[in-house]
Amino acid sequence: MSTLHAVEMTINGQSYQADIEARITLADFIRHTCGLTGTHVGCEHGVCGACTLKVDGRAVRSCTMYAVQADGASVTTVEGLAQPDGTLHPVQQAFTDCNGLQCGFCTPGMQMTIAAYLEENPNPTEREIRELISGNICRCTGYQGIVRAALDAAQKLREAR
Amino acid sequence: MGVRNLGAAVHRIEDGRLITGKGKYVDDIKIPGTLSAAFLRSSEAHARIKSIDLTAARAIPGVIAVYALEDLGPQAAQRMVQAYPNPAIKTDITPYPLAKDEVCYVGEPIAIVIAESRYLAEDGVQAIDIDLETLPCVIDARDALKPEAPAVQTSFASNLAATLNWKFGDIDKAFADADHVFEEEYFQHRGAPHFMECRGVLAQSDVAGGRLTLWSSTQSPFLVRRYLAAYLEREESSIRVLAPDVGGGFGPKALHYAEELVIAMAAEKLGRPVKWIEDRRENFVGTTQQRDQWWQVQVACKKNGHILGIRAQCIHDNGAYVPYGLLLPNTSVVPFPGPYAIGAIDVQLHSALTNAVPTTPIRGAGRPNATFVMERTVDTIARELGLDRAEVRSLNFVRKDQFPYETGAKLPTGITVQYDSGDYHKTLEMALEASNKDTFEARRQAAAQTGKWRGLGIASYNEDSGLPPYEGATVKILPSGRVVVEVGSCAQGQGLETIVAQIAADYFGVQTHDVLVRTGDTDLPALALSTVGSRVAATVGPSVHLAAEQVREKALKLAARDFEASENDLEIVDGRVSIKGVPGKSIKLGDLSRRLIANVNMPVPAGFSPGLEATAYHTTNRPVYANGSNVCEVEVDIDTGEVHLLDYWVAHDCGTIINPRLVDGQIIGGVVHGIGNALFEHMKYDRETGQPLCNNLGEYLLPLATEMPQIHLQHMESPSPVNPLGIKGAGEGGTIPGIACIISAIEDALRPLGVKINEYPLSPERLLELIDAKRHQKAS
Repeated sequence: MSTLHAVEMTINGQSYQADIEARITLADFIRHTCGLTGTHVGCEHGVCGACTLKVDGRAVRSCTMYAVQADGASVTTVEGLAQPDGTLHPVQQAFTDCNGLQCGFCTPGMQMTIAAYLEENPNPTEREIRELISGNICRCTGYQGIVRAALDAAQKLREAR
Repeated sequence: MGVRNLGAAVHRIEDGRLITGKGKYVDDIKIPGTLSAAFLRSSEAHARIKSIDLTAARAIPGVIAVYALEDLGPQAAQRMVQAYPNPAIKTDITPYPLAKDEVCYVGEPIAIVIAESRYLAEDGVQAIDIDLETLPCVIDARDALKPEAPAVQTSFASNLAATLNWKFGDIDKAFADADHVFEEEYFQHRGAPHFMECRGVLAQSDVAGGRLTLWSSTQSPFLVRRYLAAYLEREESSIRVLAPDVGGGFGPKALHYAEELVIAMAAEKLGRPVKWIEDRRENFVGTTQQRDQWWQVQVACKKNGHILGIRAQCIHDNGAYVPYGLLLPNTSVVPFPGPYAIGAIDVQLHSALTNAVPTTPIRGAGRPNATFVMERTVDTIARELGLDRAEVRSLNFVRKDQFPYETGAKLPTGITVQYDSGDYHKTLEMALEASNKDTFEARRQAAAQTGKWRGLGIASYNEDSGLPPYEGATVKILPSGRVVVEVGSCAQGQGLETIVAQIAADYFGVQTHDVLVRTGDTDLPALALSTVGSRVAATVGPSVHLAAEQVREKALKLAARDFEASENDLEIVDGRVSIKGVPGKSIKLGDLSRRLIANVNMPVPAGFSPGLEATAYHTTNRPVYANGSNVCEVEVDIDTGEVHLLDYWVAHDCGTIINPRLVDGQIIGGVVHGIGNALFEHMKYDRETGQPLCNNLGEYLLPLATEMPQIHLQHMESPSPVNPLGIKGAGEGGTIPGIACIISAIEDALRPLGVKINEYPLSPERLLELIDAKRHQKAS
């Protein structure tokens, strides 16, 4: 039996603790140990970006990070993007307004990537958005709706300030 | 009366759950006690299994079971069921659920490990001791057909899976009457599907109830049930197959795979739920692909560019087995002559077995290939005769006044090929006008001033979508008043729930989002087939319309009795029936429904059948023909081979548009899939060893946001006379002309150098080779 490690992290404001093997990825921990299945795994090697979530405020790929590395961290997943009362985050609202999704599998990773970026750069150009999401693969939409959604969300966030 | 739902740009019903992380894909379904599975797959392209020892794997704590084929018992003694039997198949060979004594491609499943976690199952796979004796393999489909080629499977008499002939008209006369005959060869490669959610299966056996439930990331729950039942020799009603949220499909999820069968058998044997989730590396070797075709094409034409006839021969890479009939090779020949009125066609295709993953349709199936051949041929005529590419197209198009147009071809079912409706000239004009083609030469020259080589591409197409026979639908009103639509068909991102809700909502004066929709479940009452071939909107849509119409009529008839009024004087607004122009008095649809459910001692009203519901089928024996033209503008850097996609214009006709948002999404996504095929995606194999040379998304390049052009859309609606709503398919119409359009633009950019492009994918490296060859030719 492999050694187990105690990990504790805050996910979407709630505390989770478990004794786990060191080899468990953060994505698997969140999906299967914590039951938060909104984070998707599309490639297991850090290329497609579907598993992107926020660890201590930074967008990371949870398939190439071990859960033990996130011990003590504060994690936000797509389930934590909307307000507790269910009000959608502007990025979420923009995705449905601008046809930013079809099958929805890449969507949580896209939304987390964009939401984290807009906190740093509230006024991005289209080129910047395209560069940003070049690490997130979508096979359905051709990206046009996603780019529009990101720009739309940026505008809504600026207006709300 | 609210705003009409059909045709409106309504937000999608699906989005609410998908943007908040509440979607339920197979791996999100949690049943307590579920075991995880991993497969041992062949590491060799062709080998004999000398021995396999499962002892060490079975000894790992947490490993529950390890099975090779013989461990599955007599139930697994047969090869899998042929999904689409066809007398043309010469070598009708499907795989065993797990390899028997020979493996024929890298990735073929050999054994399964079932454990308490996926991690432990993978440990088990590593611990299996297997001895493979390497056998000669063949990867190039042209080599496979040579007499000296090694057999792809040792029991094969030949590597020829099938030969297809597609012909009509007097081809000899066409060539005899020609002013010109041009001949070209083409290489086409369409790689792998790469939906973002890899495949996945969860099976639960209810021994007491005698039922097997299978959740699969599939496009075809009804077919999966059919083939599971046939193989396991069970009644179909004892199996329930569900497609939950599915993260993309694009064709290869329409098959019934060995993993579905093995996971089902494992769940039955163990009496516990078993789940298998394909990982991306497995997806590269375990999910079907499309790959190679080689074409030789001769065209006979008059000096004005009028095409008299086309002869073509194709060698098609079939892969190691024939699990899906001849659907892919068939769709490579049947599209001829595309949108053109051509008197004679003679196309022959040889489908060759190779030691690689089997090939089956991917978005567009063989249609992008056939379209590439047709469009390159038209461009060849224009180039060789010094004619305008758009004019050669216009000259040869089927004219608007010719619809319904019989091409002269007959499908194997005996049905004549008949294009239903459209205006091919108009969509080409729309696309050209949008692209400002008139001023293109000025743009080309301006770009040339800065050292850039600019080109304009054109491609036209039509597509046999909405394939027969039907997808059924049930519409019901619950006593609560809720409108429910149930369709067995499923979606992989197309927005099926939204469009069926839109169609139904208008009959009951409710909004799309008020309708409850259930999809993708073989326990639903209406029969279904498969979400493939741009067919579901055009088949299930009209069925929803028929069912909703019946339910509305029944509700009006029942309400008419209460009101003592004629049904014609009634209307339904906001889910209530009232007399037109008489406000204040109304009956809720839910109350009408309540009177038709079973109530103790309450007779059903005379003249009415139980339930305010109906199941209906729109059946058809003809496809409907979506069509359109694409134009794109590119810049080529002749020193690096880089292609910069500037703008892309689409004018298309998918008949009646149910929801413009969704159609836009389908077309744009489809174009980008075509761009991937044209420039990036290449599923390479080592020709000697049969090893795949890419097995991750870093090596296999999918289109990214940074490289995509702005895609501008224009819609034309020529309702199809084939179904009552006039719907045609939209799912593949972006991909089908996309490849040809991009390649046409690149060739046009390099026209001054005389570079001819008869192949794709076109990597910068390959494009430089083509450019340099011409530059050297010119220099010398």
